[in-house]
Amino acid sequence: MTQSRTSLIAWLQAGPMMLVFVAFFLLPLIFVVIVSAWDYNEYEMLPAFSFRGYTDTFEGCIVQLPELCTILKTYAKTVKLCFLTWLITLTLGFTIAYFLAFHIKSKTWQILLSLLCTIPFWTSNVIRMIAWIPLLGRNGLINQGLIDLGLIKVPMEWLLFSEFSVVLAFVHLFTFFMVVPIFNSMIRIDHKLIEAAYDAGASGFQTLVNIIIPLAKPGIVIGSIFVITIVMGDFVTIGVMGGQQIASAGKIIETRLNALQFPAAAADAVILLGITIVIISMLTRLVDIRKEL
Amino acid sequence: MSDRRSKTFYILAAIFTAYVLFLYGPMFAIFVLSFQGPEGGLTFPMNGISLHWFYKVFEGNGVVNIGAAFKRSLALGAVVMMITVVFSVAAGMAFRKGFKGASVLFYAAIASLIMPSIITSLGIALEFRLFDDLMINHANDLGLGWFAEGWTTAMGLFTSGLGAHLTWTLPFGLLIMFAIFNRFDARLEEAARDLGATPWQTFRHVVLPIILPSVVGIGLFGFTLSWDELARSSQSIGSVNTLPLELQGLTTTVTKPDIYALGTLTTAVSFIVIFAALFIIQLLQARQRRFGSDAGKGLM
Repeated sequence: MTQSRTSLIAWLQAGPMMLVFVAFFLLPLIFVVIVSAWDYNEYEMLPAFSFRGYTDTFEGCIVQLPELCTILKTYAKTVKLCFLTWLITLTLGFTIAYFLAFHIKSKTWQILLSLLCTIPFWTSNVIRMIAWIPLLGRNGLINQGLIDLGLIKVPMEWLLFSEFSVVLAFVHLFTFFMVVPIFNSMIRIDHKLIEAAYDAGASGFQTLVNIIIPLAKPGIVIGSIFVITIVMGDFVTIGVMGGQQIASAGKIIETRLNALQFPAAAADAVILLGITIVIISMLTRLVDIRKEL
Repeated sequence: MSDRRSKTFYILAAIFTAYVLFLYGPMFAIFVLSFQGPEGGLTFPMNGISLHWFYKVFEGNGVVNIGAAFKRSLALGAVVMMITVVFSVAAGMAFRKGFKGASVLFYAAIASLIMPSIITSLGIALEFRLFDDLMINHANDLGLGWFAEGWTTAMGLFTSGLGAHLTWTLPFGLLIMFAIFNRFDARLEEAARDLGATPWQTFRHVVLPIILPSVVGIGLFGFTLSWDELARSSQSIGSVNTLPLELQGLTTTVTKPDIYALGTLTTAVSFIVIFAALFIIQLLQARQRRFGSDAGKGLM
């Protein structure tokens, strides 16, 4: 069998997946960029060059300085929610992964406990969001419980449909994306290194900081990319858990789309894409993803 | 060393337990509440126990046809699952041989995975809108008038919707294939080739049986990710909704426990699929252990 025949077969095997990505991912992205520079009126897009999508988005931003305009406030809030979520999922995800990788010795238990963390990932996100309502609502378990204990007199309103519940839901839904890559990096760490550190007199904390964290860095970076990109573009969780009252970068695009302002939606998508690419390229400076699979 | 660790172990074990409770607790609450009595509300306490809200779901509440959405999501999930398995396994094999453009496909898959879903969804919606526009207004110029006669839209569950779901499931499938082949012993294939097996025979009788448990895992991801997909479908699904989209719509309008009943049903489907897949994987692995090696069974 000749080399060219092998590569032809490889092409045929990879072709279907490539076609899907070209038709439903790469081409659509190109259309987003093109349409973002089109004109539009109340009900349709007009294929004529215009930066209206962008200028409408930032309308009044310069006039209002030094006050932040709505769009910049929205991006600032999205970044804030994203940062909080990242911090919590990273801490929690690292701890869980560390426990599974270094404290669970039996392979069977490791698989079982990992599975326990994975199963919710295979169930519906919307259901997992709705599930917080009976706990956090005005008449929910937490408020009722605190009232019964006499700790509070009136139900706390900030528990549900607030930034608190949004971040809580993000942590609930996406810590998994941190646990998997960090765990994956950790189980590759040679246990001899840890024993050597111990023999050389390192404390548990020193081993953690000087050996485990540096070697788990690829997993930390990959998990961070997942969480940050999901949260930056999110509009479903923020919508449901924020009671459709909190604006975010993703929500803006959705709102524009509901108003059939496609070029404006596309312009917002390009801006979001730009921000996301900047964040990812900063993170990938730290690690070569390809080597980690 | 292990003695010194014990205290840390218990602290970490406590954190892990709390995390698992945090994961499952809220879900458990809605399972319980979906059996709320007919007079019961969205929160505790339980007001009797009944299947009332499940009947309500099947009756339909007049606004949306949940049963139809349920079937649509099942059908779409099944198709997505099959395509994800076949395309991922094929592409995984291609990556082992290596081909020009391998890194392009790899980065396309990674980019598709981490792209904010709303952007992908918007892009697909634009692509299909522009195509529809082309068909309706310019088909005659292209000499396609016969084809575009009475054209309404190309958007739909199994066109734009299917594509949107695949941009989400295929990257997972491909990454799982990478993980499989990282652990795969290539000497087995060489041995098969040396014994005169054709490439197809090598795949069918050597590679596939070994990777089959993980391939079932790809199918599991394919189905469940599609069954629950929401963000990418939101703009690109066309005129009919999938079940998660209906559910999301209900969160703002429904004030009765029937949404919990629907949630319980949806999760039940997920759980049936998950446990069926895990069971099949177990079965296949047990089979591998039985037939995988004939060491020690040779004739003396």
